Amino acid sequence: MYKYLIISIFLFLISLWGIFLTRKNFIIILMSIEMMLLSININFIIFSINMDDIIGQIFALFIITVAAGESALGLALLVIYYRIKGIISIDFISNIKG
Amino acid sequence: MFLNFIYNNFIFIIISFFIFFSSILVIGCKNPIHSILSLILVFCSSSIFFLIFDIEFLALIFIVVYVGAISVLFLFVIMMLNIKMIEINENLIKYLPISSFIFFIFCFEIYFIFSKNIFFLEINFINYIDWLQLINKKTNMENIGEILYTYFFQLFLLSSLILLVAMIGPIVLTLTNNIKNNKRQNIFDQISKSYNLNLKKKNV
Repeated sequence: MYKYLIISIFLFLISLWGIFLTRKNFIIILMSIEMMLLSININFIIFSINMDDIIGQIFALFIITVAAGESALGLALLVIYYRIKGIISIDFISNIKG
Repeated sequence: MFLNFIYNNFIFIIISFFIFFSSILVIGCKNPIHSILSLILVFCSSSIFFLIFDIEFLALIFIVVYVGAISVLFLFVIMMLNIKMIEINENLIKYLPISSFIFFIFCFEIYFIFSKNIFFLEINFINYIDWLQLINKKTNMENIGEILYTYFFQLFLLSSLILLVAMIGPIVLTLTNNIKNNKRQNIFDQISKSYNLNLKKKNV
């Protein structure tokens, strides 16, 4: 079972690293968040297979729901920011507060 | 010994290679369209990965929701935004110590969990158990349905509320046609103003 968990760990760490690296590109950050949620999904499902319990897969189903909703909202924020600024580099995203 | 590992886990190695390769491509492409295509490849490979374990329902749900909804959403936004090719900010060396520190903490936590002995409850087989009666082969969808709609129906209804909020939120955020005091620049109006119509010469 450890060899299956390496996928989940590696995907999580690569997306975490992607958020550090590409702080100037908002779309890559949103995609990295989606990949992090995907890695956690894989983790839940692997453990649900290992422990023979269906609750892991049910929770993974809810995580998919939340990920879809959160990506919709994140992309709406990106669209607003692009309308105001004309760029997608989020160094100045505190300007749209209030 | 490594050949033995490869022979036993051949399909798993191919799928994990796809996942590793595409996830690095997601964060490393200059063109955002290439990143989204690699993201779709990550989703499809992880969906195929679940087919090894007979979890066919969740594999197909991953393709429907992740590829069919979320990736299409990303593609629409990138299509609308007119983004040029972006230079990657080379923060590799600057963030490497902190990220490797987080990585080691993560690995240590996982090792810590797996190094403990996990004791399972011992069941006393006093009665005679007729195993043939207990075999009940259900598909993955039936298993999820038996638990989700009976014991966890509240969570199911709550997730519908989450989706409702996720629908209303972007509409409220991005719809600006009906706002009365909309203080935005209309560039076409600004540029198309002419000197003759707007300035009057007055003798004082």
